[in-house]
Amino acid sequence: MTAAAPAHTGRRAGHGAWFLVLPALIPILLLSLGPLLYGVSLAFTDAQSGRTSPTQWVGMLNFQDLLHDRLFWESFRIGLLWAVGVTVPQFLLALGLALLLNQNLRFRWLARSLAIIPWAMPEVVVGILWRLVYHPDAGVLNETLSGLGLAGDTDWLSGLATALPAVVVVGIWAGMPQTTVALLAGLQNTPHELHEAAALDGAGAWRRFRAVTWPAIRPVALSISALNLIWNFNSFALVYVLTNGGPGGRTRLPMLFAYEEAFRYGQFGYAAAMGCVMVAVISVLLAVYLAGRLRGGDT
Amino acid sequence: MGPARSRSRTPRGVRAAQYTALAGYLAFLAFPFLWLLSTAFKPARELGSLHPTWIPEDPTLGNFRQAFAEQPLAQAALNSLVAAVCAAVLAVALATPTAFVLARRRGRLATAATGWVVISQAFPFVLVIIPLFLVLKNLHLVNSLPGLILVYVVWSLPFALWMLVGYVRAVPPELEEAAAMDGAGRLRTLVSVVAPLLAPGIVATALFAFITAWNEFFFALVLLKTPEKQTLPVVLTHFLGAEGAADLGPLAAAAFLATLPSLVVFAVIQKRITGGMLAGAVKS
Repeated sequence: MTAAAPAHTGRRAGHGAWFLVLPALIPILLLSLGPLLYGVSLAFTDAQSGRTSPTQWVGMLNFQDLLHDRLFWESFRIGLLWAVGVTVPQFLLALGLALLLNQNLRFRWLARSLAIIPWAMPEVVVGILWRLVYHPDAGVLNETLSGLGLAGDTDWLSGLATALPAVVVVGIWAGMPQTTVALLAGLQNTPHELHEAAALDGAGAWRRFRAVTWPAIRPVALSISALNLIWNFNSFALVYVLTNGGPGGRTRLPMLFAYEEAFRYGQFGYAAAMGCVMVAVISVLLAVYLAGRLRGGDT
Repeated sequence: MGPARSRSRTPRGVRAAQYTALAGYLAFLAFPFLWLLSTAFKPARELGSLHPTWIPEDPTLGNFRQAFAEQPLAQAALNSLVAAVCAAVLAVALATPTAFVLARRRGRLATAATGWVVISQAFPFVLVIIPLFLVLKNLHLVNSLPGLILVYVVWSLPFALWMLVGYVRAVPPELEEAAAMDGAGRLRTLVSVVAPLLAPGIVATALFAFITAWNEFFFALVLLKTPEKQTLPVVLTHFLGAEGAADLGPLAAAAFLATLPSLVVFAVIQKRITGGMLAGAVKS
C-alpha cells in the first residue's frame, strides 16, 4: 500500500505506479479506441467529405450497397488471391532458406546483411525499385530475357495477365527477410542433440524434419504466416506505387479501393463500411488461426 | 564443434546444391537494389538505350541534381526527419512508464494491453484514418506536420509498448529489491538502477519507431496535401508522373537517397529488432 510495500512483494509495482500508466493508456484509449469506434459508427451514416447538410444515420444501407457492389467483391477476391499468393510461396521459400542458413555455410553473413535491404526500405522505394526492374524498355528483366533469347518486350505491370503475378513477386521479395529471420529464430531454439540422436537412429532428412524440426518451429511458423496473411490483405503502398490498382482493376486491393472511395470520391460512410467488412474477414482469419493453435497437437 | 563435424559429414553434392541455393537467394535479394543504383548513376542517353547495361558506361551525378531541381526533396527530407524524430521521442516517452508497470504485473490489464497490440497489428488503416481525418480537420491539423505526428505517435504506441515490456522483463526484479533494501526510494531505483539497464532497449525502440515513421506512406498521403508539407515517400511518388511516364534517372536517384537513413539505422539496430520485434510479433 505504502511506498515501502513493493520491496517484499517484488513483482507488484504498488498502487502509486498506476500514475505511470496513465500517460500512455489515456492517449491509447482516446486516440486509438476512439477513432476505431467512431470509424465503425461512420459505417452506419451517409458521411461525405465537403458535405454541407448534417450527416444522417442510414442504418445498414451502406452494407446493403456493398453487398451489390461488384467492384468491391472483385477487389476482395484480388485481395485474398494476393494475400495467399504472397504468403504461401514466401513461407515455403523462407523455410527453405532458414534451413539453409541454419547450416554451417560460408557467406551466411552476406545473406544476413543483404536481407536488411528489403526490410528497411520504405515500401514506396520497394515499389519504385521493381518498377525499374519491370520497365518494358529500360528494365533489367526484359533485357535479361532477351539476352537469353526469350521474348523481351513484355510490359509486365500493364499486362492484364501479368500484372497480378508481377506484383505478387514483389510482395514475396519485400517480406522474405522478416519471415526467414522469424523461422531461423525458431530453428535455433531446436536442440541440436535431438537431430544427432535422430540421425544416429538412421532417420533420413525428411523424417528428421517431420519428427524434430517441424514440431519445434510449428508455433513460430503458424504465427508468422497468420500475421503475413493479415498484413498482406491490408497492404496498400506497394501496389499503389507499382500499378495503382491497374490495369483495369486487376491489382486493385481492398485498401486501394477503400482509399479511392474515401479520399477521391469523399464517400466516408461507404468506405468505413468497407473497413468494417475487412475487419470481419480478418477476425475470421484470426479466429481460425487461434482455434488451430488452441487445439494444439501435431499434423 | 557440432557444426564443424557436420561440415565434414555432409556429402559434397549436397554442399554444392546448398551453395547454389544460397547464391540464388543472394541474387534475388540484391539484384533490384543493384539495378536501382545502376539506374541512379546513368545519364539520360544510357537510360534510353535499347540495351541497358549493369554498369553505367558514363556515370553521372546529374540525376541527383535533377531530382533536387524537380521536386522539393530537401524540404521533404526535413519534414520526414521532423515527423519521425518527434513521433519516436513522444512514443517512447509515453510508453516507457507504462511498459514498466505492465512488465511487473501480470494482471488483466496487462493481458488486455497485449491483446490490443495484436489487434492493432491487424487493422485495415482505412477504418482508422477516416475518423482521424475528420477529427484532425476539425482541429485544423490536416495538411500539417503536428497532425501527422499525432497519428504516428498513436500508431506506434502499441508496438513501442510491446518492445519495451520485453526489455523491462529482461531486467531482474531482484535488482530493484536490492536497491529498495539499501533504502533507495522508488524514483531513485528507477533512475539509477533500472534506467541504465533499460537504455539500450529504449534507444532500439525509439529507432524502430523512427524508421516506421520515416518509411510510412498511407497516413502521410491522406493527411498532407501541399508539396511543401509532404514527407519523402509521398514526394517520391510525384516522380512517377502521370500514367507512369517517369523520368527514370531522377526517380532512382531520389529513391536511393530516401533509403539511406533507414538502411543505416536498421543496420545499427538489426540484432535488437530481430530479438525484440519478433519476440513481440510471433509469440502471442
